Amino acid sequence: MNTFVQAMLFQAGYNVALVTIGAILLGVAAGSAGTFLFLRKRALVSDAIAHATLPGVGIAFIIMTWLGGDGRSILGLLCGSAITALVGLIIIEWIPRRTRLPEDAAIGSVLGVFFGAGIVLLTVIQTMSSGRQAGLESFLLGSTAGMLFEDAVVIAIGGFLSILGIWIARRPLTIVAFDKDYAISMGYDIRKIDLLMMGLVLGVTVIGMKLVGLILIVAMLIIPAVTARFWSNRTDEVVIIAGFLGGLSGYMGAILSASAPSLPTGPIIVLIAILLFIVSLFLAPNRGVFSIFMQYRKTKSNIHRRQGLLTIAKGKDVVSPFTKKLLLNEGLQGLDGLTSKGKELITKIHIDENRWIAAKEIYPDKDMSKNYGIKFIEEILTMDELTNLDQYIKSQKFKSRSYDY
Amino acid sequence: MSSMSDNTNTSKITPPNSALEIQGLTVSYGDKTAIFSVDANFPKASMSAIIGPNGAGKSTLLKSVIGVQPKLSGQINIFGNPIKNNLKKIAYVPQRVSVDWDFPTNVMDVVQMGLYRQVGLLGRMRGKQTSIAMECLDRVGMADLWQQQIGQLSGGQQQRVFLARALAQDAEIYLLDEPFSGVDAATERAIIDVLKSLKSKNKSVIAVHHDLATVRDYFDYVLMINIKNIAEGLINETFTNENLQSTYGGKLELAHAEELSVSIDRTTT
Repeated sequence: MNTFVQAMLFQAGYNVALVTIGAILLGVAAGSAGTFLFLRKRALVSDAIAHATLPGVGIAFIIMTWLGGDGRSILGLLCGSAITALVGLIIIEWIPRRTRLPEDAAIGSVLGVFFGAGIVLLTVIQTMSSGRQAGLESFLLGSTAGMLFEDAVVIAIGGFLSILGIWIARRPLTIVAFDKDYAISMGYDIRKIDLLMMGLVLGVTVIGMKLVGLILIVAMLIIPAVTARFWSNRTDEVVIIAGFLGGLSGYMGAILSASAPSLPTGPIIVLIAILLFIVSLFLAPNRGVFSIFMQYRKTKSNIHRRQGLLTIAKGKDVVSPFTKKLLLNEGLQGLDGLTSKGKELITKIHIDENRWIAAKEIYPDKDMSKNYGIKFIEEILTMDELTNLDQYIKSQKFKSRSYDY
Repeated sequence: MSSMSDNTNTSKITPPNSALEIQGLTVSYGDKTAIFSVDANFPKASMSAIIGPNGAGKSTLLKSVIGVQPKLSGQINIFGNPIKNNLKKIAYVPQRVSVDWDFPTNVMDVVQMGLYRQVGLLGRMRGKQTSIAMECLDRVGMADLWQQQIGQLSGGQQQRVFLARALAQDAEIYLLDEPFSGVDAATERAIIDVLKSLKSKNKSVIAVHHDLATVRDYFDYVLMINIKNIAEGLINETFTNENLQSTYGGKLELAHAEELSVSIDRTTT
């Protein structure tokens, strides 16, 4: 626990501090870039290009070793991975455009082929006599053990550049994600904008390989964005919240794995992000499962209450067991008929029914029908409109009265 | 590129009152022809309808004008100049169903999209842009709902927001893809009022239209297509039973065709 507090305050040693800062920056960059990926419905493409980085790592290592250099130079490996990822991206884009194959088939093929090739290359590298090949497989699931200052600098610069790119291109990215055809009609080159988005994602993937690993980087891109969507209805806010949640996951994951050395950093970061997602899934206002359920229950009760009381008022029997139970529980109906509270409510509902009919006549442009039966009209109209409505009902012009009271 | 278009009829001189001129436009989806060598010449300061049966290529025509759908051949001119560098004179109103209405954005944000080009990449949305957007929302009767999440809008309100977004662009030519499809009567009236006011300001309105009963009331020029050109011209001269018959073929019952100048046959749409 002591290490945990120290890690929280960046006091648990040089390496832990480096990893923590790197994880935060990566989380922020991945969360905000991933939001546009999610809004453009391209999440799986990023998974495929992440897997397509692996052969690049292997090829770069082999070339650098042949040239007599250090095969594990981070910049060389990143360049190699970016190149094969780009090739993968181009193929994913090309296949559906030029053949009858759908995009998901292209994504699946590229992911499988490139990842398979990458694994073969890594196996070959293991048997090579030269070069210090140990640690290359850490690109699969990430590793913080050997994190160098150099790695942290790469993450910091890359993260900063992608955040800057997102900020500059936020409007084109938003408009293409929302309404592609309209964007084209305004003269936006959507292939360029999509390429820019995938470039940002590629950048995040490449810098995140060392820390989170290429298999799980898609989680860092998508989960914070999906989580943020629960909390906001504005694109700008979703981007910012996703960046924050990504950074928070990175921070929490890094310090947690620092205090328990047997825990792998990358997967822990992802699990923290998933934890935040699950909390939001259930508890978010409006879009959360719990909120939707409560809303549904309320709507159902409102409808059954009104329907039941109107049925009783007509002198008919209520059939639905749910309605019967509801009216009893709410004290609207006793064992020997309606209670005084129930009678009061019936009068109120009758007034409301007339108001709905009249409102249709004098406010035909107002789109209110979706609230009928669920809300009282006084909850929708302004005071002036309501007064106006009641005057209309009292006047001779209103002929379609269906309830007298 | 220029040598290719030379074999088509580019030598035709654009009349001075032309807003949008289409020459020999052909579009295909794979090996299926959507439209074949369509010519059209929509006049300035008027309201033009594009009509034809389902699958006649009406929406495809609009989409290839703005470049959403690549064309196989053809030339498109705006006020006598190639469209390529004149896109800002066009405002496009896509079909409502073409976007995801659960997108995290609100009414004001959507209308301000119409101003993105004006503001530029790095410019900020200032009070001026907000008041332009509010004014456009007011013209379509949506000013009250500027903060509304777009997912909560009714179909008619969604269509009005799209129209407001196009108004914000302050274009010369308005291209609308079935603006009245699936909207309530009040919205239809509101939209047609806005379109008529555009016409009175010398703007050109071109709409893909489905409802044959209202063609005469709303429009003064018509292009009738069914993959190929059928007829084109002023409503009074062109919107005839004979032309309708050749556009819709057997799909239009003769009995109805007799009175189509005033009535409607929904079974054909």
